Amino acid sequence: MPNQAYLRVAGLSKRFGSGENAVAAIENLSFTLDEGRFLSILGPSGCGKSTLFNIIAGLMAPDSGDVTLNGESMLLRPGMTGYMLQKDLLLPWRTVADNIILSQTLHGVRRSKALDAALPDARACGLETMLRRRPDELSGGQRQRAALVRTLQTGKPLLLLDEPFGALDAITRLHLQELLTDVCMKKDKTVLFITHDVDEALLLSDEVLIMGSQPGRIIAHYHLPQEKPRTLKTLALPRLIEIKGEIMQLLDQEVKRHDPHA
Amino acid sequence: MTRMHKARPLSMLMINAWRWGILLALILLWEAGSRMGLIDPFFFSSPRQIWDTAVIKWQSGQLWRDIAYTASSTILGFLLGTSIGSILGLLLWFSRRTALVAEPWMIVLNALPKLALAPVLVIWFGIGFSSKVVLAFLMTVIVSIMSAYSGVQTVDPALSTLMISLGAKRRQIFTRLVVPSAMPSIITGLRVNIALAMAGSIVGEFIASDRGLGRMIVYAGTTFDLKLVWVGVVVLSIVSVLMYAGVVLLERLLMHRWSARKPE
Repeated sequence: MPNQAYLRVAGLSKRFGSGENAVAAIENLSFTLDEGRFLSILGPSGCGKSTLFNIIAGLMAPDSGDVTLNGESMLLRPGMTGYMLQKDLLLPWRTVADNIILSQTLHGVRRSKALDAALPDARACGLETMLRRRPDELSGGQRQRAALVRTLQTGKPLLLLDEPFGALDAITRLHLQELLTDVCMKKDKTVLFITHDVDEALLLSDEVLIMGSQPGRIIAHYHLPQEKPRTLKTLALPRLIEIKGEIMQLLDQEVKRHDPHA
Repeated sequence: MTRMHKARPLSMLMINAWRWGILLALILLWEAGSRMGLIDPFFFSSPRQIWDTAVIKWQSGQLWRDIAYTASSTILGFLLGTSIGSILGLLLWFSRRTALVAEPWMIVLNALPKLALAPVLVIWFGIGFSSKVVLAFLMTVIVSIMSAYSGVQTVDPALSTLMISLGAKRRQIFTRLVVPSAMPSIITGLRVNIALAMAGSIVGEFIASDRGLGRMIVYAGTTFDLKLVWVGVVVLSIVSVLMYAGVVLLERLLMHRWSARKPE
């Protein structure tokens, strides 16, 4: 039997609209990812990153291609991944505790049992004293932490994180990046991470995928050399600076390709 | 030089003192005007005469029976109209097609003056209790459907996406996302609904009834017993205020459960 990739995205294409107005969101997109790896996806706005995530999450069907996890197709099968978006999407009428166990209770787990299971993650994310609060009583960083714990509680080995820290201030973002690295390494999660921040991608990832737009496609795939966990100091290593330069240049070219005045 | 004005904290004690003070002053002015001949006591009665008439009616048991009759038809109509209307409005979430077909019907039915149906309903359901309940029900049900449906339309699509990504079934999205999201809209409609239900019951009693505060007012008016008319108006106002207060309490209890923020 051939050596099978953990996550395989093969020949994925998706168009929106029809006839002359049809827009190719992604075209013939393929990559693989091994178990326990952290892959960041960078690309200009509108390059199809979120479409890719929606297809992997089983929320949207592609026009062609397939996505498999351990050889099993994920197409239109929601619930196979832990999906976290830029907005925390906490249910405002539920307490933090009831928000973080939402996935468990949807699958019939008793509340008390689900809470017991969630407590270590809540503690690791510094939420143990806030479990009885409502989301509007939390800061932006605390809300994102609660959303992260909720995503972890899905128990899914593959996490899709769509710009989860995009709306946070620099300090809070740094804390959450450290927390995410720590949690993912301890729990051996495989992560797909969308970001617009090159430093964030270099800090967190094992691999970085650069996407171009119109149509959305892969223009580079980097395997980062440095072992994790990384620190801000690690980012100053010559090889990472070199990669950062290349990524910035690729992104710049991609933006200028569509808008020469940018 | 700009002068900073500091807002003084409002004392609830002072506000309540003003509220009750105005009421007391109006009653005293009314009574004094009536005794001094500034107001015709035949047409406007006086607080003292209203009180005496109310005491006589209370002691005979008639006033209490009328209050109970009107209050129970109002509450029953309100509960049936609000709950059935809200459930129907919420269920529209399941079928966009049904909702689109129903929308113009809801607008037409809401605009229809339901009180104009009172004579027909009295013929259909008789002069007894049921015609009053049906009228109170009709007054509230369409408003409740519309409130619940507008609440359903406020559901954040991103939250629906999240629920689907977590593997939630359609029924679970309805019970755990749609219903709670629509609750503030439904709860906000309660205050309006209790007033509408009361209007329905009273008009039903005006048309034809053998009991109730509405019947008491019509009967007293036709026999020129204007003191009793005023008793009816005052008692009806008190009953309305008590029901409104009850709904506000219910609203607070429900909001505590469903609103984003815990009440202070």
